[in-house]
Amino acid sequence: MADQHVQTLPPSPEKATLEGKNKYLGFWLFLGGETVLFASLFGTYLGLRGSTVDGPGPSELFHLPLVFIMTMILLTSSLTSVFAIISMKKGNYKGLLAWMTATVLLGATFLGLEIYEFVEYVEHGLGFTTSAFGSSFYTLVGTHGAHVAFGIAWITTLIIRYRKSGLTLTNAPKFYVAVLYWHFIDVVWVFIFSVVYLMGIGG
Amino acid sequence: MRYLWRLLPLAFILLMAGCGKQNLSALDPQGPVAAAQFDLIKLSLTIMIIVIVVVFAIYLFVIIRFRERPGDTHIPKQVHGNKALEVVWTVIPIILLLFLAVPNVMQTFTLAEVEDTEDSVRIVVTAHQFWWEFEYPEYDVVAGQDMYIPTNTRINIELEASDVIHSFWVPALAGKQDNVPGITNEMWLEAPEEGVYQGRCTELCGEGHWLMDFQVIAVDPDTFETWAQNMATTDDDVEEETTVAVEGREVFEQNCISCHAVGGEGGNMGPNLTNFGEREVVAGFLEYNDENIADFIRYPQEKKPGSLMQAFPQITDEEMDALIDYLDSLKVLD
Amino acid sequence: MSNTNAQTKSVVWDWLTTVDHKKIGIMYLVAGAFFFALGGFEAILMRIQLMFPEATFLPAQTFNELLTMHGTTMIFLAAMPILFGLMNYIVPLQIGARDVAFPFLNSLGFWLFLFGGILLNLSWFFGGAPDAGWTAYVPLSSEYSGTGIDYYVLGLQISGAGTLIGGINFLVTIINMRAPGMSMMRMPLFTWSTFVASTLILFAFPALTIGLLLLMLERIFGATYFAVASGGNVVIWQHLFWIFGHPEVYILILPAFGIFSEIIATFSKKRLFGYSAMVFATLLIGFLGFMVWAHHMFTVGMGPIANSIFAVATMAIAVPTGIKIFNWLFTMWGGRIQFTTANLFALGFIPSFVMGGVTGIMLATSAANYQFHDTYFVVAHFHYVIIGGVVLGIFGGAFYWWPRMFGYRLNETLGKIFFWMFLFGFHLTFFVQHFLGLMGMPRRVASYLPGQGLDEMNLISTIGAFLMGVAFIIFVVNIFVSMKNKETSGDPWDGRTLEWTIPSPTPEYNFAQTPLVRDVDALWYEKYEGEGSMKAAEPLGDIHMPNGSILPVIISLGLFIASFGFIYHDDGWTWVAIVGLVITFGSMFVRSIKEDHGYHIPVDEIKKGGK
Repeated sequence: MADQHVQTLPPSPEKATLEGKNKYLGFWLFLGGETVLFASLFGTYLGLRGSTVDGPGPSELFHLPLVFIMTMILLTSSLTSVFAIISMKKGNYKGLLAWMTATVLLGATFLGLEIYEFVEYVEHGLGFTTSAFGSSFYTLVGTHGAHVAFGIAWITTLIIRYRKSGLTLTNAPKFYVAVLYWHFIDVVWVFIFSVVYLMGIGG
Repeated sequence: MRYLWRLLPLAFILLMAGCGKQNLSALDPQGPVAAAQFDLIKLSLTIMIIVIVVVFAIYLFVIIRFRERPGDTHIPKQVHGNKALEVVWTVIPIILLLFLAVPNVMQTFTLAEVEDTEDSVRIVVTAHQFWWEFEYPEYDVVAGQDMYIPTNTRINIELEASDVIHSFWVPALAGKQDNVPGITNEMWLEAPEEGVYQGRCTELCGEGHWLMDFQVIAVDPDTFETWAQNMATTDDDVEEETTVAVEGREVFEQNCISCHAVGGEGGNMGPNLTNFGEREVVAGFLEYNDENIADFIRYPQEKKPGSLMQAFPQITDEEMDALIDYLDSLKVLD
Repeated sequence: MSNTNAQTKSVVWDWLTTVDHKKIGIMYLVAGAFFFALGGFEAILMRIQLMFPEATFLPAQTFNELLTMHGTTMIFLAAMPILFGLMNYIVPLQIGARDVAFPFLNSLGFWLFLFGGILLNLSWFFGGAPDAGWTAYVPLSSEYSGTGIDYYVLGLQISGAGTLIGGINFLVTIINMRAPGMSMMRMPLFTWSTFVASTLILFAFPALTIGLLLLMLERIFGATYFAVASGGNVVIWQHLFWIFGHPEVYILILPAFGIFSEIIATFSKKRLFGYSAMVFATLLIGFLGFMVWAHHMFTVGMGPIANSIFAVATMAIAVPTGIKIFNWLFTMWGGRIQFTTANLFALGFIPSFVMGGVTGIMLATSAANYQFHDTYFVVAHFHYVIIGGVVLGIFGGAFYWWPRMFGYRLNETLGKIFFWMFLFGFHLTFFVQHFLGLMGMPRRVASYLPGQGLDEMNLISTIGAFLMGVAFIIFVVNIFVSMKNKETSGDPWDGRTLEWTIPSPTPEYNFAQTPLVRDVDALWYEKYEGEGSMKAAEPLGDIHMPNGSILPVIISLGLFIASFGFIYHDDGWTWVAIVGLVITFGSMFVRSIKEDHGYHIPVDEIKKGGK
């Protein structure tokens, strides 16, 4: 039995075991790959954002207040996930679960607003197949949305699975990398906000 | 020894030059662009042969001198490396590459200079699955399959594509550039000598890719002017030579004209046939004779797989003879 | 947890569920060899068609399918998996580890690759294989091709995910799991090259993932990234493809470089000359590999500035490559060179690869590239580097590590016949193709016309291809006739590195005690300057092992099933896609909520099993 329920955990429980260390490093590397993934989508979008053909373009569609609210919600969810990790380091497991739940709820709100936003755009005449701009816009922002959805499902699974277990050397790395993932999604959104929305309206 | 080193690559290049068919091979350049490219090929090959000779010499020396001999069980000295040597084989290749990189960059820019002058001729080359269209905007002329150019004249070429990506290559005159849908690329070439140069598509474009050949026909500038004037003015007053050809023209108008234009009249789904009677080859690659023409009209996909031309098996022998007579009569140069 | 003992289960179940890096390595090798034979067969068919002008052995459409599948199979399903097999088996042993960092993901990577490969090849039976070349340039692949391309897109997407997982796994393994004393600068070159190749996988494959995703969305769901009529741009695909595609060739060649470094040092009985220069050169090649992708696109109209930059950057790669060549030569200098079959492959590699390398520089000359591009000159060049580099590396590595992996030695006489026949056939096939290209023969042509001076060389090329085919058969025969030559020594070649310190056959747990590393060539150092055998870094004790799992097979199977739903979604098969994805995500969910702590091999058993 390698991982008995340990009462006193080391200061960084997420990296205390070799498995944890591997998971931690492997996940950082995975995020490196994800960066290239999104960079490719950004490149494609930048190459095609002027190709609106007969459909509506960025400046006719984008509604900045809504996107700004979405941005704030997602940034806040990143903050709550930081609080979750602080709770974890303090050994406050209940705090960890509570902050993670808050993160999930904020993420779900963001996702709901994004779906609302997409529905709006479709009603204004920008379908997925309308133009190269439409295709590349929905692909970039949609891929981000899919990441958010996956993150919500993942963290929810963790919360339910470990609702009664207390903090262990096995679940600490799991929570930790989930939060890493969440921060990454957040950073990508900041780029989407600047490159897609701000540049779309300004330039 | 020194001479040998210089002679070796030279001998190799001499062997290379003149390889292949004259109007097709990049190793036997017939124009300034291909010649400049061949010079770069020779330069790079020379440098590379020097590298190969050095490496092979060390290699052979090492594997002969230091091979294990029977009964030898000594443990060689475990050398860690040598900094001076590392510097040597880092710096020398860099110098060698500079000898290649500098002329290459200059040449890359020279080949990209496409500017119209008073004498230059502009041709818009549109590639289709699996044939070529040549438009001469200055003359208001459209031709199919045969690209006529005047000798000793700078030919500025615009490349376009109507369906998939193709690539325009006339090895004896100039290296290739791609015909990309939605994008216009430019290149230039020149042919000092009269002649027929083989061109072909070099980007996989479907079933008929391997047969997507065309001809570049260089004629003296006067002949070219005549050609261009006649191509532009032969609206529909081609004087058929025989009555059979007149019948053939009727067959043509019933079956072919919706896709193929003669003079100003007709569709543009297929190659323009205004000067068909002067072609050396049918469909870019078949010997020009009655049998091939008839076969291609009746069963184009059997001759050129993937061809988008409609098959006309229903044309009778009599109609076909007349049609071929008519096609034979389509000439602009005499 | 319960002590899951493999022997109580059936052999098939054991292999399906294994998470042992050695068994996974062998599965990679077997599957890769199968696809290698398949890709080779496809090549032979093409060479028969090209033996004579205007041959009618194959219709043009079939030829286009063969050339696409040959390239795709050889790169994605043969060369990379075989290298992955060697890496999987050897790298943990070279760094003194008991397994890779993520045994479960390792297994998942393999099964994703296998199901992706099977999916791709099923296209032959369902409406024709992909026919747009392994590069699948749009719009030929988006608007002008049949379902074959859908199999290409989804097959590569699935196997590509497996490759990415494998790459991350190797990186973490190498960074985190090295034995005490093995600093990064004491790692064997094969491990180093695996490390750099894995980094390239990590940063290159996501570009392919996106390229394939876009192509799939365009073909199946009507997106318009590449559709010119809707404002699309066809060149984006080429950029995405080559941002992946160029590092990919280094993903293939760097591990081969690593293999040669091991073989040349071992059979020259000398330490690798200029170890740190070799490591530096490997890193530099990996870095530059990302800066040169557009040299595949000189003729697409990027303009003289871009062309010049990419030309010069490409030429720069010759410098670190040259450093490696000279360091190999000087490793042999002053050594005692043994001409074993493994070393023959290394010695055959040097001149062959140099020839492929110099044509690479010629191709990098952008202005001259307009003549070379998309002709048989390019075909000759990349076969010189891929066969002369990667394939010779794979065969050399096979002969070298065979006793380690399979517990017997391959027959040397048959091996040498195989080597010479293969090498001769290879040069015969591809040397003349340089000239064919310059004489006006484009690549990817289903045939050529007579009377163009191309006939004789094409015939010669085909004869060479037959020789390579026969040589490969001799290799397969060798595998079976040599099985009786049981290898009892763990160190048959007087090896230098950690993989030769353990008994043969390799125990399940690799090292009874984690070794202590005191030099670059850890074993050589102990043999000739230390006390004769490896020092242990830990006392003998119970060894913790991970449990096997069938979930990787099920996750991969789910994606395999879902692919058919996507391909035939217009025919109302969408539900199949949903079923497949439910299977995949369901198994991932199960994996996520089930804690599996593995089991322990008791110390008594270790004492019985090893020395």
